Amino acid sequence: MTTNKDQRKFDTKVQYLQYKVLREVARGALNDNLLENITDIPKTIIPGNVPTMRCCVYKERAIIAERVKLAMGGDRSNPNVIEVIEIACDDCPTGGYEVTNACRGCLAHRCEDVCRRNAISFDHQQKAHIDKNLCVECGQCAKVCPYSAIVSRRRPCENSCKVKAISMTDGKAACIDNNKCISCGACVYQCPFGAIIDKSFLLDVIDMMKKSKNNTAYKMYAVVAPSIASQFTYAKLGQVITGIKKLGFFSVVEAALGADMVAYKESAELVEKGFLTSSCCPAFVDYIRKQFPDLSSHISHNLSPMATIAKYIKETSSPCRVVFIGPCTAKKMEFQKPEVRPYIDSVITFEELQAFFDAAGVDITTLHEGVLDNASYFGRIFARSGGITDAVGQALKEQGLDKDFDYNPVTCDGIEACRTALLKKSKGVLPNNFIEGMACVNGCIGGAGCLTHGEKNKTEVDIYGRQAMEKSISDAISVLHLSSDDKKPDSSPAKNG
Amino acid sequence: MVKVTVCIGSSCHLKGSRQVVEELQYLINKNDLGESVDLGGTFCMGRCGENGVSVTVDGDYYAVKPESVLDFFNDVIVKKVK
Repeated sequence: MTTNKDQRKFDTKVQYLQYKVLREVARGALNDNLLENITDIPKTIIPGNVPTMRCCVYKERAIIAERVKLAMGGDRSNPNVIEVIEIACDDCPTGGYEVTNACRGCLAHRCEDVCRRNAISFDHQQKAHIDKNLCVECGQCAKVCPYSAIVSRRRPCENSCKVKAISMTDGKAACIDNNKCISCGACVYQCPFGAIIDKSFLLDVIDMMKKSKNNTAYKMYAVVAPSIASQFTYAKLGQVITGIKKLGFFSVVEAALGADMVAYKESAELVEKGFLTSSCCPAFVDYIRKQFPDLSSHISHNLSPMATIAKYIKETSSPCRVVFIGPCTAKKMEFQKPEVRPYIDSVITFEELQAFFDAAGVDITTLHEGVLDNASYFGRIFARSGGITDAVGQALKEQGLDKDFDYNPVTCDGIEACRTALLKKSKGVLPNNFIEGMACVNGCIGGAGCLTHGEKNKTEVDIYGRQAMEKSISDAISVLHLSSDDKKPDSSPAKNG
Repeated sequence: MVKVTVCIGSSCHLKGSRQVVEELQYLINKNDLGESVDLGGTFCMGRCGENGVSVTVDGDYYAVKPESVLDFFNDVIVKKVK
Protein backbone atom coordinates (compact mmCIF):
# COMPACT_ATOMS: atom_id res chain seq x y z
CA MET A 1 0.00 0.00 0.00
CA THR A 2 1.13 3.52 -0.76
CA THR A 3 -1.44 5.16 1.48
CA ASN A 4 0.89 7.67 3.05
CA LYS A 5 2.34 8.66 -0.27
CA ASP A 6 -1.15 9.06 -1.75
CA GLN A 7 -2.31 11.16 1.11
CA ARG A 8 0.50 13.64 0.74
CA LYS A 9 -1.08 14.81 -2.47
CA PHE A 10 -4.10 16.23 -0.64
CA ASP A 11 -4.74 18.86 2.01
CA THR A 12 -7.30 16.88 4.00
CA LYS A 13 -8.58 13.36 4.54
CA VAL A 14 -11.92 14.45 3.13
CA GLN A 15 -10.26 15.17 -0.22
CA TYR A 16 -8.40 11.89 -0.02
CA LEU A 17 -11.62 9.97 0.55
CA GLN A 18 -13.31 11.77 -2.30
CA TYR A 19 -10.33 10.95 -4.50
CA LYS A 20 -10.59 7.25 -3.68
CA VAL A 21 -14.24 7.21 -4.69
CA LEU A 22 -13.51 9.01 -7.95
CA ARG A 23 -10.61 6.65 -8.64
CA GLU A 24 -12.71 3.53 -8.14
CA VAL A 25 -15.54 4.89 -10.30
CA ALA A 26 -13.08 5.89 -13.03
CA ARG A 27 -11.37 2.50 -12.85
CA GLY A 28 -14.70 0.75 -13.31
CA ALA A 29 -15.50 2.95 -16.30
CA LEU A 30 -12.11 2.37 -17.89
CA ASN A 31 -12.41 -1.40 -17.41
CA ASP A 32 -16.02 -1.45 -18.65
CA ASN A 33 -17.20 -3.11 -15.44
CA LEU A 34 -18.52 -0.17 -13.43
CA LEU A 35 -22.13 -1.33 -13.36
CA GLU A 36 -21.25 -4.86 -12.22
CA ASN A 37 -18.93 -3.59 -9.50
CA ILE A 38 -20.70 -0.46 -8.41
CA THR A 39 -22.24 -1.97 -5.29
CA ASP A 40 -18.84 -3.28 -4.21
CA ILE A 41 -17.15 0.15 -4.20
CA PRO A 42 -18.22 1.07 -0.63
CA LYS A 43 -16.76 -2.18 0.67
CA THR A 44 -13.57 -1.73 -1.37
CA ILE A 45 -13.03 1.66 0.25
CA ILE A 46 -14.23 0.69 3.74
CA PRO A 47 -12.96 -2.90 3.97
CA GLY A 48 -12.73 -3.65 7.70
CA ASN A 49 -15.24 -3.94 10.52
CA VAL A 50 -13.84 -1.10 12.60
CA PRO A 51 -15.27 2.32 11.82
CA THR A 52 -12.69 5.09 11.34
CA MET A 53 -14.93 8.04 10.49
CA ARG A 54 -18.52 7.48 11.64
CA CYS A 55 -20.52 5.45 14.14
CA CYS A 56 -20.24 2.19 12.22
CA VAL A 57 -18.89 0.83 8.94
CA TYR A 58 -22.43 0.50 7.59
CA LYS A 59 -23.02 4.21 7.80
CA GLU A 60 -19.57 4.82 6.35
CA ARG A 61 -20.42 2.57 3.41
CA ALA A 62 -23.84 4.15 2.97
CA ILE A 63 -22.15 7.54 2.67
CA ILE A 64 -19.62 6.14 0.19
CA ALA A 65 -22.54 4.88 -1.90
CA GLU A 66 -23.85 8.47 -2.00
CA ARG A 67 -20.39 9.72 -2.96
CA VAL A 68 -20.34 7.19 -5.80
CA LYS A 69 -23.58 8.71 -7.14
CA LEU A 70 -22.01 12.17 -7.16
CA ALA A 71 -18.86 10.82 -8.78
CA MET A 72 -21.12 9.50 -11.54
CA GLY A 73 -22.71 12.88 -12.15
CA GLY A 74 -25.10 13.21 -9.20
CA ASP A 75 -28.72 14.25 -9.36
CA ARG A 76 -29.27 15.33 -12.96
CA SER A 77 -32.55 17.00 -12.02
CA ASN A 78 -30.68 19.43 -9.76
CA PRO A 79 -29.16 22.15 -11.94
CA ASN A 80 -26.56 23.04 -9.30
CA VAL A 81 -23.17 21.34 -9.56
CA ILE A 82 -22.75 21.51 -5.78
CA GLU A 83 -24.81 19.04 -3.74
CA VAL A 84 -25.30 18.12 -0.10
CA ILE A 85 -25.04 14.48 0.93
CA GLU A 86 -27.68 14.61 3.64
CA ILE A 87 -26.60 11.51 5.53
CA ALA A 88 -23.00 12.72 5.57
CA CYS A 89 -23.97 16.03 7.15
CA ASP A 90 -23.15 15.85 10.85
CA ASP A 91 -25.85 18.40 11.74
CA CYS A 92 -23.26 20.69 13.34
CA PRO A 93 -24.48 23.05 16.06
CA THR A 94 -25.81 26.34 14.78
CA GLY A 95 -26.06 28.35 17.98
CA GLY A 96 -24.11 31.38 16.79
CA TYR A 97 -22.12 33.31 19.41
CA GLU A 98 -21.98 31.57 22.78
CA VAL A 99 -20.21 32.20 26.05
CA THR A 100 -18.04 29.24 27.02
CA ASN A 101 -16.92 28.22 30.48
CA ALA A 102 -13.71 30.14 29.87
CA CYS A 103 -15.67 33.20 31.03
CA ARG A 104 -14.14 34.17 34.37
CA GLY A 105 -16.76 36.63 35.45
CA CYS A 106 -14.37 39.57 35.27
CA LEU A 107 -15.10 43.13 36.33
CA ALA A 108 -14.39 44.91 33.08
CA HIS A 109 -17.40 43.58 31.16
CA ARG A 110 -15.97 44.71 27.85
CA CYS A 111 -18.47 42.40 26.15
CA GLU A 112 -21.37 44.30 27.68
CA ASP A 113 -19.94 47.70 26.75
CA VAL A 114 -19.33 46.80 23.13
CA CYS A 115 -22.72 45.18 22.55
CA ARG A 116 -24.97 47.70 20.85
CA ARG A 117 -28.05 45.54 21.28
CA ASN A 118 -27.78 45.12 25.05
CA ALA A 119 -27.86 41.38 24.51
CA ILE A 120 -25.37 40.59 27.26
CA SER A 121 -26.34 40.11 30.87
CA PHE A 122 -24.58 38.59 33.89
CA ASP A 123 -25.57 35.97 36.41
CA HIS A 124 -24.84 36.04 40.16
CA GLN A 125 -21.29 34.79 39.46
CA GLN A 126 -20.74 37.70 37.04
CA LYS A 127 -20.58 35.25 34.14
CA ALA A 128 -21.84 36.60 30.82
CA HIS A 129 -24.90 35.32 28.97
CA ILE A 130 -26.11 36.23 25.49
CA ASP A 131 -29.81 36.84 24.88
CA LYS A 132 -30.39 35.10 21.55
CA ASN A 133 -33.49 37.17 20.92
CA LEU A 134 -31.44 40.37 20.91
CA CYS A 135 -28.10 39.16 19.48
CA VAL A 136 -27.44 39.96 15.81
CA GLU A 137 -24.26 37.86 15.61
CA CYS A 138 -21.99 40.84 15.02
CA GLY A 139 -19.16 39.16 16.93
CA GLN A 140 -17.89 42.29 18.67
CA CYS A 141 -18.11 40.67 22.13
CA ALA A 142 -15.95 37.78 20.97
CA LYS A 143 -13.36 40.22 19.68
CA VAL A 144 -13.01 42.17 22.91
CA CYS A 145 -13.11 39.33 25.47
CA PRO A 146 -9.62 39.12 27.02
CA TYR A 147 -10.11 35.40 27.68
CA SER A 148 -11.44 34.52 24.20
CA ALA A 149 -14.36 33.08 26.12
CA ILE A 150 -16.97 33.90 23.48
CA VAL A 151 -16.96 31.71 20.38
CA SER A 152 -19.00 31.45 17.24
CA ARG A 153 -20.83 28.18 16.82
CA ARG A 154 -21.60 28.83 13.19
CA ARG A 155 -21.40 25.85 10.93
CA PRO A 156 -18.24 25.71 8.82
CA CYS A 157 -20.35 25.51 5.66
CA GLU A 158 -22.43 28.55 6.55
CA ASN A 159 -19.32 30.37 7.63
CA SER A 160 -17.56 29.65 4.35
CA CYS A 161 -20.57 30.63 2.26
CA LYS A 162 -20.16 34.37 1.80
CA VAL A 163 -23.24 34.60 -0.42
CA LYS A 164 -25.39 33.16 2.40
CA ALA A 165 -26.80 30.36 0.26
CA ILE A 166 -26.61 27.72 2.99
CA SER A 167 -29.32 27.18 5.56
CA MET A 168 -30.69 24.25 7.50
CA THR A 169 -33.44 21.80 6.58
CA ASP A 170 -36.05 20.69 9.15
CA GLY A 171 -33.87 17.64 9.66
CA LYS A 172 -30.96 19.99 10.50
CA ALA A 173 -28.91 18.99 7.45
CA ALA A 174 -27.34 21.72 5.35
CA CYS A 175 -29.37 22.94 2.40
CA ILE A 176 -28.24 25.05 -0.57
CA ASP A 177 -30.37 27.81 -2.08
CA ASN A 178 -29.67 27.49 -5.80
CA ASN A 179 -30.91 31.02 -6.40
CA LYS A 180 -28.05 32.37 -4.31
CA CYS A 181 -25.33 29.72 -4.81
CA ILE A 182 -22.55 30.71 -7.21
CA SER A 183 -20.94 27.23 -7.22
CA CYS A 184 -17.62 28.59 -5.94
CA GLY A 185 -17.05 25.44 -3.88
CA ALA A 186 -15.99 27.19 -0.67
CA CYS A 187 -18.34 24.96 1.34
CA VAL A 188 -17.03 21.87 -0.46
CA TYR A 189 -13.53 22.64 0.74
CA GLN A 190 -14.57 23.78 4.22
CA CYS A 191 -17.04 21.08 5.33
CA PRO A 192 -15.03 18.92 7.75
CA PHE A 193 -17.30 15.94 7.10
CA GLY A 194 -17.15 16.09 3.33
CA ALA A 195 -20.91 16.41 3.19
CA ILE A 196 -20.97 18.95 0.38
CA ILE A 197 -19.48 17.77 -2.88
CA ASP A 198 -19.19 18.97 -6.45
CA LYS A 199 -20.68 16.65 -9.04
CA SER A 200 -18.17 14.94 -11.26
CA PHE A 201 -18.27 14.74 -15.04
CA LEU A 202 -15.30 12.38 -15.14
CA LEU A 203 -17.44 9.57 -16.58
CA ASP A 204 -18.49 11.85 -19.45
CA VAL A 205 -14.83 12.51 -20.18
CA ILE A 206 -13.94 8.81 -20.11
CA ASP A 207 -16.87 8.09 -22.41
CA MET A 208 -15.74 10.81 -24.83
CA MET A 209 -12.24 9.42 -24.68
CA LYS A 210 -13.40 5.92 -25.62
CA LYS A 211 -15.55 7.17 -28.48
CA SER A 212 -12.67 9.20 -29.88
CA LYS A 213 -11.07 5.84 -30.76
CA ASN A 214 -7.53 7.01 -30.06
CA ASN A 215 -8.19 10.47 -31.46
CA THR A 216 -9.32 9.13 -34.84
CA ALA A 217 -13.06 9.83 -34.66
CA TYR A 218 -12.27 13.27 -33.24
CA LYS A 219 -9.36 14.73 -31.31
CA MET A 220 -9.45 15.18 -27.56
CA TYR A 221 -7.97 18.47 -26.35
CA ALA A 222 -7.19 19.24 -22.72
CA VAL A 223 -7.20 22.91 -21.78
CA VAL A 224 -5.36 23.30 -18.48
CA ALA A 225 -5.66 26.20 -16.07
CA PRO A 226 -2.43 28.01 -15.18
CA SER A 227 -2.90 27.16 -11.50
CA ILE A 228 -1.69 23.68 -12.47
CA ALA A 229 1.81 25.07 -11.84
CA SER A 230 1.09 24.96 -8.10
CA GLN A 231 -0.37 21.44 -8.19
CA PHE A 232 1.03 17.91 -8.55
CA THR A 233 4.10 19.14 -6.70
CA TYR A 234 5.38 15.58 -6.29
CA ALA A 235 6.20 15.56 -10.02
CA LYS A 236 7.41 17.97 -12.71
CA LEU A 237 4.85 19.98 -14.67
CA GLY A 238 6.19 18.42 -17.88
CA GLN A 239 5.43 14.98 -16.46
CA VAL A 240 1.85 16.02 -15.74
CA ILE A 241 1.52 17.10 -19.37
CA THR A 242 2.86 13.76 -20.61
CA GLY A 243 0.50 12.04 -18.16
CA ILE A 244 -2.52 13.88 -19.57
CA LYS A 245 -1.55 12.72 -23.05
CA LYS A 246 -1.08 9.16 -21.76
CA LEU A 247 -4.70 9.26 -20.63
CA GLY A 248 -5.61 9.65 -24.28
CA PHE A 249 -5.67 13.39 -24.91
CA PHE A 250 -4.30 14.37 -28.31
CA SER A 251 -2.88 17.65 -27.11
CA VAL A 252 -2.68 19.92 -24.07
CA VAL A 253 -3.20 23.67 -24.45
CA GLU A 254 -2.81 26.42 -21.88
CA ALA A 255 -5.98 28.22 -20.82
CA ALA A 256 -3.50 31.03 -20.14
CA LEU A 257 -3.32 31.71 -23.88
CA GLY A 258 -7.07 32.35 -23.69
CA ALA A 259 -6.23 34.69 -20.80
CA ASP A 260 -3.81 36.58 -23.04
CA MET A 261 -6.57 36.92 -25.64
CA VAL A 262 -9.05 38.07 -23.00
CA ALA A 263 -6.65 40.64 -21.50
CA TYR A 264 -6.05 42.08 -24.96
CA LYS A 265 -9.74 42.45 -25.77
CA GLU A 266 -10.85 43.35 -22.27
CA SER A 267 -8.47 46.31 -22.13
CA ALA A 268 -9.89 47.68 -25.39
CA GLU A 269 -13.42 47.15 -24.06
CA LEU A 270 -12.47 48.96 -20.85
CA VAL A 271 -11.30 52.05 -22.74
CA GLU A 272 -14.43 52.01 -24.86
CA LYS A 273 -16.87 51.66 -21.96
CA GLY A 274 -14.97 53.49 -19.21
CA PHE A 275 -15.86 50.95 -16.53
CA LEU A 276 -15.70 47.16 -16.50
CA THR A 277 -15.77 44.12 -14.25
CA SER A 278 -13.68 41.08 -15.21
CA SER A 279 -15.21 38.09 -16.96
CA CYS A 280 -12.91 35.20 -16.13
CA CYS A 281 -14.19 33.99 -12.76
CA PRO A 282 -17.59 32.36 -13.36
CA ALA A 283 -18.53 32.54 -9.68
CA PHE A 284 -17.85 36.29 -9.60
CA VAL A 285 -19.86 36.83 -12.79
CA ASP A 286 -22.71 34.75 -11.35
CA TYR A 287 -22.52 36.74 -8.10
CA ILE A 288 -22.99 40.04 -9.93
CA ARG A 289 -25.93 38.65 -11.91
CA LYS A 290 -27.62 37.30 -8.77
CA GLN A 291 -26.83 39.98 -6.18
CA PHE A 292 -26.10 43.12 -8.20
CA PRO A 293 -28.25 42.73 -11.32
CA ASP A 294 -28.08 46.49 -11.98
CA LEU A 295 -24.33 46.19 -12.47
CA SER A 296 -24.49 43.22 -14.83
CA SER A 297 -24.28 45.53 -17.87
CA HIS A 298 -20.72 46.34 -16.75
CA ILE A 299 -19.53 42.73 -16.91
CA SER A 300 -16.98 42.36 -19.67
CA HIS A 301 -18.61 40.87 -22.77
CA ASN A 302 -15.63 38.61 -23.36
CA LEU A 303 -15.96 34.91 -22.83
CA SER A 304 -13.73 33.55 -20.05
CA PRO A 305 -10.17 32.49 -20.95
CA MET A 306 -11.30 28.84 -20.87
CA ALA A 307 -14.10 29.43 -23.37
CA THR A 308 -12.03 31.82 -25.51
CA ILE A 309 -9.21 29.37 -26.16
CA ALA A 310 -11.66 26.48 -26.58
CA LYS A 311 -13.54 28.50 -29.22
CA TYR A 312 -10.28 28.96 -31.12
CA ILE A 313 -9.50 25.23 -30.90
CA LYS A 314 -12.98 24.29 -32.14
CA GLU A 315 -12.70 26.72 -35.03
CA THR A 316 -9.27 25.57 -36.17
CA SER A 317 -9.01 21.92 -35.22
CA SER A 318 -12.44 20.31 -35.57
CA PRO A 319 -13.66 17.64 -35.25
CA CYS A 320 -12.58 17.72 -31.65
CA ARG A 321 -13.72 17.67 -28.02
CA VAL A 322 -12.35 20.12 -25.47
CA VAL A 323 -12.08 19.28 -21.77
CA PHE A 324 -11.09 21.93 -19.25
CA ILE A 325 -8.92 20.78 -16.34
CA GLY A 326 -8.71 23.26 -13.49
CA PRO A 327 -9.08 24.15 -9.83
CA CYS A 328 -12.65 25.31 -10.13
CA THR A 329 -16.09 23.94 -9.30
CA ALA A 330 -17.83 26.98 -10.80
CA LYS A 331 -16.37 26.13 -14.22
CA LYS A 332 -18.60 23.05 -14.07
CA MET A 333 -21.51 25.47 -13.95
CA GLU A 334 -20.06 27.86 -16.54
CA PHE A 335 -19.53 25.28 -19.28
CA GLN A 336 -23.22 24.39 -19.24
CA LYS A 337 -24.24 27.94 -20.13
CA PRO A 338 -25.54 28.24 -23.69
CA GLU A 339 -22.81 30.71 -24.72
CA VAL A 340 -20.03 28.35 -23.57
CA ARG A 341 -21.51 24.90 -24.26
CA PRO A 342 -20.55 24.84 -27.97
CA TYR A 343 -16.86 25.19 -27.07
CA ILE A 344 -16.32 23.25 -23.87
CA ASP A 345 -17.44 19.62 -23.76
CA SER A 346 -16.65 18.89 -20.13
CA VAL A 347 -14.86 20.13 -17.03
CA ILE A 348 -12.86 18.21 -14.44
CA THR A 349 -10.81 19.40 -11.46
CA PHE A 350 -7.20 18.66 -10.53
CA GLU A 351 -8.61 16.36 -7.86
CA GLU A 352 -10.42 14.40 -10.54
CA LEU A 353 -7.37 14.39 -12.80
CA GLN A 354 -5.37 12.74 -10.00
CA ALA A 355 -8.07 10.08 -9.68
CA PHE A 356 -8.04 9.61 -13.47
CA PHE A 357 -4.24 9.15 -13.49
CA ASP A 358 -4.35 6.51 -10.79
CA ALA A 359 -7.37 4.70 -12.22
CA ALA A 360 -5.57 4.44 -15.55
CA GLY A 361 -2.36 3.30 -13.85
CA VAL A 362 -0.44 6.37 -15.04
CA ASP A 363 2.36 7.12 -12.57
CA ILE A 364 3.43 10.58 -13.70
CA THR A 365 6.66 10.49 -11.69
CA THR A 366 8.03 7.87 -14.11
CA LEU A 367 7.22 9.78 -17.30
CA HIS A 368 9.44 11.98 -19.46
CA GLU A 369 8.81 15.71 -19.31
CA GLY A 370 6.55 17.00 -22.06
CA VAL A 371 6.33 20.66 -22.97
CA LEU A 372 3.61 23.21 -22.33
CA ASP A 373 4.24 26.65 -23.74
CA ASN A 374 1.53 28.67 -25.46
CA ALA A 375 0.92 31.72 -23.31
CA SER A 376 2.81 34.74 -22.03
CA TYR A 377 3.80 35.58 -18.46
CA PHE A 378 0.68 37.72 -18.18
CA GLY A 379 -1.73 35.01 -19.27
CA ARG A 380 -0.20 32.61 -16.79
CA ILE A 381 -0.46 34.87 -13.75
CA PHE A 382 -4.27 34.97 -14.16
CA ALA A 383 -4.11 32.03 -11.76
CA ARG A 384 -3.48 34.25 -8.79
CA SER A 385 -5.09 37.38 -7.43
CA GLY A 386 -3.76 40.52 -9.12
CA GLY A 387 -2.92 38.73 -12.36
CA ILE A 388 -5.80 40.08 -14.43
CA THR A 389 -5.13 43.57 -13.14
CA ASP A 390 -1.49 43.35 -14.28
CA ALA A 391 -2.40 41.75 -17.60
CA VAL A 392 -5.04 44.34 -18.50
CA GLY A 393 -2.57 47.12 -17.59
CA GLN A 394 0.03 45.50 -19.81
CA ALA A 395 -2.44 45.05 -22.68
CA LEU A 396 -3.38 48.74 -22.46
CA LYS A 397 0.31 49.61 -22.78
CA GLU A 398 0.95 47.21 -25.65
CA GLN A 399 -1.95 48.67 -27.61
CA GLY A 400 -0.93 52.23 -26.80
CA LEU A 401 -4.22 52.79 -25.02
CA ASP A 402 -2.67 53.89 -21.74
CA LYS A 403 -1.86 57.40 -22.96
CA ASP A 404 -5.36 58.83 -22.85
CA PHE A 405 -6.88 56.44 -20.36
CA ASP A 406 -6.25 56.57 -16.65
CA TYR A 407 -6.31 52.91 -15.60
CA ASN A 408 -7.42 52.63 -11.99
CA PRO A 409 -8.08 48.98 -11.11
CA VAL A 410 -9.18 47.40 -7.84
CA THR A 411 -8.17 43.81 -7.15
CA CYS A 412 -10.67 41.74 -5.17
CA ASP A 413 -10.12 38.16 -4.06
CA GLY A 414 -12.76 36.41 -2.02
CA ILE A 415 -16.46 37.22 -2.27
CA GLU A 416 -16.33 39.63 0.68
CA ALA A 417 -13.81 41.86 -1.08
CA CYS A 418 -15.83 41.61 -4.30
CA ARG A 419 -18.99 42.57 -2.44
CA THR A 420 -17.34 45.66 -0.93
CA ALA A 421 -16.25 46.93 -4.34
CA LEU A 422 -19.60 46.15 -5.97
CA LEU A 423 -21.52 47.85 -3.15
CA LYS A 424 -19.41 50.96 -3.55
CA LYS A 425 -20.00 50.90 -7.30
CA SER A 426 -23.74 50.55 -6.85
CA LYS A 427 -23.71 53.56 -4.51
CA GLY A 428 -21.61 55.53 -6.99
CA VAL A 429 -18.63 55.93 -4.65
CA LEU A 430 -16.11 53.53 -6.18
CA PRO A 431 -13.10 55.53 -7.42
CA ASN A 432 -11.86 52.69 -9.63
CA ASN A 433 -12.72 51.94 -13.25
CA PHE A 434 -11.90 48.22 -13.35
CA ILE A 435 -12.85 45.50 -10.87
CA GLU A 436 -10.84 42.29 -10.95
CA GLY A 437 -13.13 39.85 -9.18
CA MET A 438 -12.15 36.37 -8.01
CA ALA A 439 -14.53 34.42 -5.79
CA CYS A 440 -11.74 32.43 -4.16
CA VAL A 441 -9.31 33.98 -1.70
CA ASN A 442 -5.90 34.31 -3.43
CA GLY A 443 -7.58 33.68 -6.80
CA CYS A 444 -7.76 30.38 -8.69
CA ILE A 445 -4.91 28.86 -6.67
CA GLY A 446 -7.38 28.91 -3.77
CA GLY A 447 -9.97 26.96 -5.77
CA ALA A 448 -11.92 24.11 -4.22
CA GLY A 449 -10.73 21.64 -6.86
CA CYS A 450 -7.05 22.15 -6.06
CA LEU A 451 -5.24 19.20 -4.52
CA THR A 452 -3.27 21.50 -2.23
CA HIS A 453 -3.68 25.07 -1.06
CA GLY A 454 -0.21 26.01 0.12
CA GLU A 455 1.59 29.21 1.02
CA LYS A 456 4.00 28.72 -1.86
CA ASN A 457 1.37 28.37 -4.56
CA LYS A 458 1.51 32.02 -5.62
CA THR A 459 5.29 31.83 -5.96
CA GLU A 460 4.94 28.67 -8.05
CA VAL A 461 2.56 30.44 -10.41
CA ASP A 462 4.88 33.44 -10.73
CA ILE A 463 7.86 31.19 -11.48
CA TYR A 464 5.82 29.36 -14.10
CA GLY A 465 4.81 32.74 -15.54
CA ARG A 466 8.40 33.84 -15.90
CA GLN A 467 9.27 30.57 -17.67
CA ALA A 468 6.95 31.42 -20.58
CA MET A 469 8.85 31.88 -23.81
CA GLU A 470 6.70 34.82 -24.89
CA LYS A 471 7.21 37.88 -22.74
CA SER A 472 4.41 40.05 -24.08
CA ILE A 473 0.70 39.49 -24.63
CA SER A 474 0.91 40.68 -28.25
CA ASP A 475 3.62 38.15 -29.04
CA ALA A 476 1.71 35.30 -27.44
CA ILE A 477 -1.47 36.02 -29.38
CA SER A 478 0.14 37.03 -32.68
CA VAL A 479 -0.11 33.46 -33.97
CA LEU A 480 -3.84 33.51 -33.31
CA HIS A 481 -4.68 36.47 -35.51
CA LEU A 482 -4.86 33.95 -38.29
CA SER A 483 -8.09 32.56 -36.97
CA SER A 484 -11.26 33.05 -38.96
CA ASP A 485 -12.77 34.91 -36.02
CA ASP A 486 -10.30 37.75 -36.26
CA LYS A 487 -10.84 38.17 -39.96
CA LYS A 488 -14.36 39.36 -39.27
CA PRO A 489 -14.65 43.13 -39.47
CA ASP A 490 -16.25 43.51 -36.02
CA SER A 491 -13.34 41.99 -34.18
CA SER A 492 -10.61 43.90 -32.39
CA PRO A 493 -7.81 45.28 -34.53
CA ALA A 494 -4.90 42.95 -35.18
CA LYS A 495 -1.47 43.74 -33.89
CA ASN A 496 0.64 45.99 -36.06
CA GLY A 497 3.24 44.36 -38.27
CA MET B 1 -6.73 28.89 -52.81
CA VAL B 2 -3.79 27.16 -51.14
CA LYS B 3 -4.43 26.20 -47.53
CA VAL B 4 -1.36 26.61 -45.33
CA THR B 5 -1.68 25.49 -41.70
CA VAL B 6 1.04 26.13 -39.14
CA CYS B 7 1.17 24.15 -35.91
CA ILE B 8 1.07 26.43 -32.87
CA GLY B 9 1.10 23.67 -30.23
CA SER B 10 3.61 23.88 -27.36
CA SER B 11 6.36 21.89 -29.02
CA CYS B 12 6.26 23.82 -32.31
CA HIS B 13 5.84 27.08 -30.44
CA LEU B 14 9.16 26.43 -28.73
CA LYS B 15 10.73 25.59 -32.11
CA GLY B 16 9.64 28.98 -33.43
CA SER B 17 6.13 28.77 -34.87
CA ARG B 18 5.57 32.45 -34.11
CA GLN B 19 8.56 33.41 -36.28
CA VAL B 20 7.33 31.06 -39.02
CA VAL B 21 3.84 32.55 -38.93
CA GLU B 22 5.08 36.14 -38.89
CA GLU B 23 7.51 35.57 -41.74
CA LEU B 24 4.91 33.76 -43.83
CA GLN B 25 2.46 36.59 -43.23
CA TYR B 26 5.10 39.07 -44.30
CA LEU B 27 6.03 37.11 -47.43
CA ILE B 28 2.41 36.58 -48.42
CA ASN B 29 1.71 40.30 -48.14
CA LYS B 30 4.95 41.27 -49.91
CA ASN B 31 4.20 38.98 -52.83
CA ASP B 32 0.57 40.04 -52.88
CA LEU B 33 -0.67 36.48 -52.39
CA GLY B 34 -3.30 37.30 -49.77
CA GLU B 35 -6.07 36.26 -52.16
CA SER B 36 -4.53 32.91 -53.06
CA VAL B 37 -3.07 31.69 -49.73
CA ASP B 38 -5.21 30.95 -46.70
CA LEU B 39 -2.89 30.92 -43.67
CA GLY B 40 -4.19 29.27 -40.51
CA GLY B 41 -3.07 27.77 -37.23
CA THR B 42 -3.86 24.58 -35.35
CA PHE B 43 -2.87 23.08 -32.03
CA CYS B 44 -0.61 20.08 -32.59
CA MET B 45 -0.31 17.85 -35.63
CA GLY B 46 0.97 14.92 -33.60
CA ARG B 47 4.49 15.16 -35.04
CA CYS B 48 6.25 16.87 -32.16
CA GLY B 49 9.41 14.82 -32.74
CA GLU B 50 10.16 16.41 -36.15
CA ASN B 51 13.13 18.72 -36.54
CA GLY B 52 11.20 21.89 -37.33
CA VAL B 53 7.80 23.51 -37.06
CA SER B 54 4.99 21.40 -38.50
CA VAL B 55 3.33 23.01 -41.51
CA THR B 56 0.85 21.55 -43.97
CA VAL B 57 0.21 22.88 -47.47
CA ASP B 58 -3.06 21.54 -48.85
CA GLY B 59 -2.62 18.60 -46.51
CA ASP B 60 1.02 17.79 -47.46
CA TYR B 61 3.32 17.80 -44.43
CA TYR B 62 6.55 19.83 -44.07
CA ALA B 63 8.86 20.48 -41.12
CA VAL B 64 10.02 24.09 -41.45
CA LYS B 65 12.77 25.77 -39.45
CA PRO B 66 12.38 29.51 -38.76
CA GLU B 67 15.58 30.26 -40.68
CA SER B 68 14.43 28.43 -43.81
CA VAL B 69 10.97 29.97 -44.17
CA LEU B 70 11.99 31.95 -47.27
CA ASP B 71 13.14 28.81 -49.12
CA PHE B 72 10.02 26.95 -48.04
CA PHE B 73 7.84 29.82 -49.22
CA ASN B 74 9.50 29.97 -52.65
CA ASP B 75 9.91 26.22 -53.18
CA VAL B 76 6.55 25.04 -51.92
CA ILE B 77 3.94 27.75 -51.53
CA VAL B 78 4.76 29.93 -54.55
CA LYS B 79 5.01 26.85 -56.79
CA LYS B 80 1.71 25.56 -55.51
CA VAL B 81 0.00 28.88 -56.20
CA LYS B 82 1.30 28.88 -59.78
